[in-house]
Amino acid sequence: MAKLYSECTKKQNERNPKEETVDFLLNYSKALSVISYKNLKFEALQN
Amino acid sequence: MRHELITDAVLVKNYMNGDESALSTLIHRHKQRIYSFIYSKVFDRDITEDIFQDAFIKVIKNLKLGKYNEEGKFLPWVMRISHNLVIDHFRRNNRMPKFDNAGDFNIFSVLGDSSLNAEKQLIKEQVECDLRRLIQELPEDQKEVLIMRMYKDMSFKEISERTNVSINTALGRMRYALINLRKVIDQNNIILTN
Repeated sequence: MAKLYSECTKKQNERNPKEETVDFLLNYSKALSVISYKNLKFEALQN
Repeated sequence: MRHELITDAVLVKNYMNGDESALSTLIHRHKQRIYSFIYSKVFDRDITEDIFQDAFIKVIKNLKLGKYNEEGKFLPWVMRISHNLVIDHFRRNNRMPKFDNAGDFNIFSVLGDSSLNAEKQLIKEQVECDLRRLIQELPEDQKEVLIMRMYKDMSFKEISERTNVSINTALGRMRYALINLRKVIDQNNIILTN
């Protein structure tokens, strides 16, 4: 019987962050904007 | 597959210019190495997840603020941030040790407060004060070497350079300083213990 290797093994999954964490970071990045005023830079989170 | 052809440096530049998808590629490209690195230090999935997230929040902030200077070292830079956060985590836990006291085992039977109590702290200060007075009684050359070594934490090489003598002479002066201190302590029955 041929073995199927197409699915990720459990061990492989264990070494990666959760999908939610990655999604959170990508959303955080999209929401974060930096406003420059003269020589100053301000962070602003826009949700 | 196409993403692999784009270097980290280009992706970082694109991201800093507003291309959000570049960040996604960077995270997916390096997430396994960074996550494994953190996990190998903390051995806890939840803490690893937190540190991974905090590390990338710092990465995102620094990139957006234009603080990152691209030298083709994106991964080592993220690894360094992760490493520092792991250290912060252990420092925090040292100050506030976590323990689970659910069973019969009482954690306080093995966990003690190692800091000195008020009385011992007073004695310690007194001993240190007495010792400083005794050091003042030493001959000038010995006193100088002892102070540089014990209080200023200088090496004998530095001491020899500063005092214009050979290392052996500096070592000899330190030896005689200690011998003389012990002699004075013995002769006057001074007790310097806590």
